[in-house]
Amino acid sequence: MARAVTSRRKAINTAAAWTVGLLIFFPILWTILTSFKTEAQAIADPPIFLGFDWTLENYRVVQERSDYMSFLWNSVIIAGGSTLLGVLIAVPAAWSMAFVPSKRTKDILLWMLSTKMLPAVGVLYPIYLICIELGLLDSRAALVVILMLINLPIIVWMLYTYFREIPGEILEASRMDGAGLKEEILHVLTPMAIPGIASTILLNFILAWNEAFWTLNLTAANAAPLTAFIASYSSPEGLFYAKLSAASTMAIAPILILGWFSQKQLVRGLTFGAVK
Amino acid sequence: MGKITLEKVTKSFGDVNVIPPLDLTIEDGEFCVFVGPSGCGKSTLLRLIAGLEDISSGAIKIDGNDASNTPPAKRGLAMVFQSYALYPHMSVRKNIAFPMKMAGVPQEEQDKRIAAAAKALNLTDYLDRRPGQLSGGQRQRVAIGRAIVREPAAFLFDEPLSNLDAALRVGMRMEIGELHAKLQTTMIYVTHDQVEAMTMADKIVVLRAGNIEQVGSPLELYRAPRNLFVAGFIGSPKMNLIEGNAAQQHGATTIGVRPEHIDITDSGPWTGTVGVAEHLGSDTFLHVHDTGLAETVTVRATGEVGFKHGDKVTLAPREDLIHRFDRDGLRVA
Repeated sequence: MARAVTSRRKAINTAAAWTVGLLIFFPILWTILTSFKTEAQAIADPPIFLGFDWTLENYRVVQERSDYMSFLWNSVIIAGGSTLLGVLIAVPAAWSMAFVPSKRTKDILLWMLSTKMLPAVGVLYPIYLICIELGLLDSRAALVVILMLINLPIIVWMLYTYFREIPGEILEASRMDGAGLKEEILHVLTPMAIPGIASTILLNFILAWNEAFWTLNLTAANAAPLTAFIASYSSPEGLFYAKLSAASTMAIAPILILGWFSQKQLVRGLTFGAVK
Repeated sequence: MGKITLEKVTKSFGDVNVIPPLDLTIEDGEFCVFVGPSGCGKSTLLRLIAGLEDISSGAIKIDGNDASNTPPAKRGLAMVFQSYALYPHMSVRKNIAFPMKMAGVPQEEQDKRIAAAAKALNLTDYLDRRPGQLSGGQRQRVAIGRAIVREPAAFLFDEPLSNLDAALRVGMRMEIGELHAKLQTTMIYVTHDQVEAMTMADKIVVLRAGNIEQVGSPLELYRAPRNLFVAGFIGSPKMNLIEGNAAQQHGATTIGVRPEHIDITDSGPWTGTVGVAEHLGSDTFLHVHDTGLAETVTVRATGEVGFKHGDKVTLAPREDLIHRFDRDGLRVA
């Protein structure tokens, strides 16, 4: 039902939305602003909003002190690898749950989600030991697998929701047309689910990119991604807010840009199935 | 070749028995229609033949070979779905080519068959469009094109016309009829519409609750319905089914008289008042009340009769065309 929205009401809604948006964005904005300040201005009291001497000094120091590109590369490999591996495993899993459900399908879906309720630190010790045992500590391979497993329930859930929207008759038609299971998934299901798969990939790439617990605990130098890059600037020997902010800005910039250009996909992905 | 035999086929979903043991033979080249009210199991039966559902027991044979456990892709059957089930991300050309691509037909042969199918189905100008850009009738023709290029042993149609408007439906009905005459391939066609069944079928299978009520040619079913259900289901408008004294006079529990087998005369056993008079131009259907019978009697008269609401008429059923049914609803010879 269309409801009459008065212009006043509309103005209030708009103002409220902007307020919430700005509140959420403010810490990021503050981090970016701080990265252009000197260390003294960064801790000035009262805080300086815009009237400071803009400098790129922090970025120069951060570049000199650490190899940004190697951290970036690790982040790309870990986030990208775990997402792709996860999707490869989740597509057949979601296919079977959506199109040939058994009595237990709902239980399996809930059980998978329940693993997300487990505090990560609860399994840190065993996983740490397994990594040592397999010689995978501080390796990208270990993080690809671990982050994939952590995000797999979300990937399966998202794909399951998308696949449920695809009419089963079309898949049956492909079976009648002589397609085996592999051809059915490859030529019919996947192309039809491309929008859904794309937003799933996007969301999980962001989740994996931002994941800090496992990446910080299981890496040292070789496999350290951008989360470790930021952490290395919150050092105990003194607070360097401006440099920490510069490092943070550099770490979140790629994902921020990616998110900006794909926001339509993301919103569609997150609200899919909820609104028809 | 496409002779399909069902031997003691059953299907249950959990505890619910949808198809009790059922035997049926569909001869090669036959146009066989499964007809019945919704929920009678006709679509399930078709899906069992297609292999989209597994049978619970019994056997399905295609040309004498047991295909009960053969996956749908390997049965050599083509199916046209109610929703057309076209691949929305492929052009019409690719939709039609898909089964051939799956079968590994050489590209040159594919092109040839696509061109032939497109020409036969008036789709030549639409080959590069997506299904979303086509009308319902065109989509249905693409679905048929996709089925014929495979040169299947048999075609399965699952209520293919029910999404089309009335005018298109009549046209497509004839196109499918023409197609069958040309290809001489076995076709199994599911519908709830007895007009489609009567006009298209070589053989009609009337189903109710998974049971076969009667199998026969359209005219056999029309002339000699085996029981009350078939009598009421085949024929339009419905046969008048009359109980009570009028039936007892004929030595039956129920008698059936088709509206077209009742004459409006000066002397007859039933005199009543016209209720609704439906003037179709070619025919007039009169619904007559207060004839002394419990039931309203439907009569088919010529198009030009001038009866209207409230007129008195006298009706005479043609004695030799009265169907008689016993207490169990079965036909009495």
